Amino acid sequence: MTFLPKPKLHHPELPTNAIGLTRRDYEGAISTLCAGCGHDSISAAIIRACFELALPPHRIAKLSGIGCSSKTPTYFLGQAHGFNSVHGRMPSVLTGANLANRDLIYLGVSGDGDSASIGLGQFAHALRRGVNMVYVVENNGVYGLTKGQFSATSDRGSKSKKGAVNADTAIDLAGLALELGASFVARSFSGDREQLVSLLKAALLHPGAAIIDCISPCVAFNNHAGSTKSYDYVRHHNEAVNRIEIITGREPIAVDYAPGTTVAVTQHDGTVLRLRKLAADYDIEDRAAAIGFLEGRRREGEIATGLLYVDPDAQDLHAHLGTIETPLNALDETALCPGADALAAINAALR
Amino acid sequence: MPQPLASVNDFVVKFANVNGSGSASANRLFARAIQRMGIPATPRNIFPSNIQGLPTWYEVRVSEAGHLGARGGVDLMVAMNPQTWDQDVAAIDAGGYLFYDSTRPIPRARLREDITLLGLPLTEICNREYADPRERQLFKNILYVGALAALLDLEIPVVEALLAEQFKGKEKLIAANLHALHLGRDQARAHLPCPIGLRLRRSDGVGDRIFIDGNSAAALGAVYGGATVAAWYPITPSTSVAEAFERYCRRTRIDPATGKNRFAIVQAEDELAAIGMVIGAAWNGARAFTATSGPGISLMQEFLGLAYFAEIPAVIFDVQRGGPSTGMPTRTQQADVLLCAYASHGDTKHVLLFPQDPAESFAFGATAFDLAERLQTPVFVMLDLDIGMNERLCTPFAWDPARRYDRGKVMGFDELESGRDFGRYLDLDEDGIPWRTYPGAHPTRGAFFTRGSSKDRYARYTEAGAAYADNMQRLTLKFETARGLVPHPVRHDAPEGSRIGVLYYGSTSPAMDEAAELLAARGTAVDCLRIRAFPFHDDVAAFIREHETVFVVEQNRDAQLRSLLLIEAEIDPARLKRVLHYDGTPITARFIAEAIAENLALSRIAPLRKATP
Repeated sequence: MTFLPKPKLHHPELPTNAIGLTRRDYEGAISTLCAGCGHDSISAAIIRACFELALPPHRIAKLSGIGCSSKTPTYFLGQAHGFNSVHGRMPSVLTGANLANRDLIYLGVSGDGDSASIGLGQFAHALRRGVNMVYVVENNGVYGLTKGQFSATSDRGSKSKKGAVNADTAIDLAGLALELGASFVARSFSGDREQLVSLLKAALLHPGAAIIDCISPCVAFNNHAGSTKSYDYVRHHNEAVNRIEIITGREPIAVDYAPGTTVAVTQHDGTVLRLRKLAADYDIEDRAAAIGFLEGRRREGEIATGLLYVDPDAQDLHAHLGTIETPLNALDETALCPGADALAAINAALR
Repeated sequence: MPQPLASVNDFVVKFANVNGSGSASANRLFARAIQRMGIPATPRNIFPSNIQGLPTWYEVRVSEAGHLGARGGVDLMVAMNPQTWDQDVAAIDAGGYLFYDSTRPIPRARLREDITLLGLPLTEICNREYADPRERQLFKNILYVGALAALLDLEIPVVEALLAEQFKGKEKLIAANLHALHLGRDQARAHLPCPIGLRLRRSDGVGDRIFIDGNSAAALGAVYGGATVAAWYPITPSTSVAEAFERYCRRTRIDPATGKNRFAIVQAEDELAAIGMVIGAAWNGARAFTATSGPGISLMQEFLGLAYFAEIPAVIFDVQRGGPSTGMPTRTQQADVLLCAYASHGDTKHVLLFPQDPAESFAFGATAFDLAERLQTPVFVMLDLDIGMNERLCTPFAWDPARRYDRGKVMGFDELESGRDFGRYLDLDEDGIPWRTYPGAHPTRGAFFTRGSSKDRYARYTEAGAAYADNMQRLTLKFETARGLVPHPVRHDAPEGSRIGVLYYGSTSPAMDEAAELLAARGTAVDCLRIRAFPFHDDVAAFIREHETVFVVEQNRDAQLRSLLLIEAEIDPARLKRVLHYDGTPITARFIAEAIAENLALSRIAPLRKATP
């Protein structure tokens, strides 16, 4: 953590993106997390993903719960409205915000305590409703702000910094998300910037409920021998199933790959995700297989990362509810109030 | 035997039924027919937390004088439930009437000598007339309506017209129902002394009033008030608010060009998620509400504190039921007053509105959204089961076509672009209400971070004591501003004025109006002030000052509104006497009048010490 204010000056030759903004335009306030915290890497990846996709920062709404992870939205996208809500309840606040204005991009940031313990219910229901969002869990397997208690994603048998051994079964948020019907499920590692940035970009382009379970080591309380969420452990057990090479909007794909090594997924809104396969037989559109695959890798003590599942025909909550294309928050009396004549008719029917 | 009761257009009929037997629509038909004869009739459904099999009652108070509160007592019992026979027979006033199914003989010991017995073999008639068991049950209900019509002089053509409206387009059903109705009427005429002493006579006491339940009225208020997002979790007695909102939206809020919805309704996984969605939607500039009851408010506490402190509008319809805990889910109380007024940890205060009937449920249901956005804070509309789930005659709904929504202080793109200073918690207008921006309003201006933690005027996180205190003081000022914006109290003084004052609110209203008449008839006139909102208007404290003795009439055990008055208006506790009714039944005029009269009589007795020389 540093106490120096962030300079506002930009280098005059900083590269700009398609809407003329530089990377600096996507930054936020300076982080107050511990030096080396995985969460800061995730913030940097979000900044890069949004910059590279040339998203207007103010059209993103960033929402979070409570905890170290939930502090991070202050540290990126300074021109976006942020909402640091209640512990474990970000998904409901995000759902309501999304209902009010379907035109913004919703980025939910949460942690393992926030999503897997106190907020497991809201995590589940936001995913099963298909809220159009990117839900990033910054998963470090530990309660950081209260100094080192196990969280619900701590693996059975893993050791706390003080030496206690966790006896409870871990909740696999990616596995759970698959069960719950999330239409984009990925896992990543804060130490693998390239993978995380490409997954974030793909998630931001996915028109449905996208979840990224991102292992993000806690340098203060969960980076020791015996932890299964330390930098060393995750580096040695990370097994990526694929690499997203190119994400395009509606432009044609110009790069050629050897047949059989890549797979292209065209989503119903026209966006295309092109993936380079690392696990030869892995079919990212097969949910049942993904669930089995995750279970198999877990048994081997490996951490499967990459895009685990995508439903290219995903529909979101607005489609389910049949809401009008105009954001609800833009409707006025003329669209909303049935008026005095309609009321007279209602009165007449009640006599 | 005492003289059989005799009364025209002023009596109470109570139906004792089995839940799920289809009696509700027949009973409603009876009440509606009386209203169509121009006679004010007020039904109350007394039902268990059950779908089928348990006892349920439906009480219809007929009152030419227009008293809509529960009266207490029963003049005519329609006893259709063997499970509750003994208690139903015992409930009849001396000289009253018992209408019952005499198919099976009833031992004398289970009847009474001081009432008129009106037995008709309903089951036998139905078994003879209908083969299908379901028809036997359903038409038995219509059969007794026909019999009651003959007994009470209820106009048969009025009932026929209502049946025709109800089953419009289903001619076969109309014919079958008319047959049962006429059969009941004819059997009663043939075998019973028609009419009895209780009679209906056409009147003009209903006027242009409408008949609707408070929950539907509140939901319609939300439609008119511009609510677009509703998030809710089913809980008795509030469920029908969300259901009615959906029904009215389907009728009035479909975009004609696309057939798409100008509303979004989500049945949440629990009340925490429901209020979370409301807060998220309102933060993002939509008008949003939830409907719940006491247990739901308990669950929402943390979020309500966030909305208070982060200053986000929210409308909460609390249809109160008997507490604490699960309490009496299908009985009425006004027992969430303190829970809502001070919801959540830390120093919090919330705006409460107390509608007296469906008409005010509609009006406050719409106004709550203006208040919530103007004040940027949660606003509670405090209904209860008695108002919410019972249909009641009330003044027609009104809407001024020139009315515009008050969206409160929102800086849009143009104001931000013009360079106007934006600080989310800056008090530019010195009324305690800051300006806000909606997400996405401007590329480089107006963004801020919303949080439940302490912050400075520019929404920057701080734990500095001075900045925290500054913010809390501004919130206090904002609550003062609210005092001037919420509905004012309504005062009804005795013609000559009185030294006795009565404060009351919400569903107590019709019983209190009648109690004031009862007391005046006994020579004890009272001045009445109906409180319609918290924070309390200055007129409330003035009213208390003006009166020697002040009663606070409430439907809870702990005198919650009285406590709120003591705390917030700094009233001397000795000044406010309690009149409390909390057994879950609606408060009655008789109860209030007795309690006040008894208290006044006691206070007139000189203390012993002074009496002794």
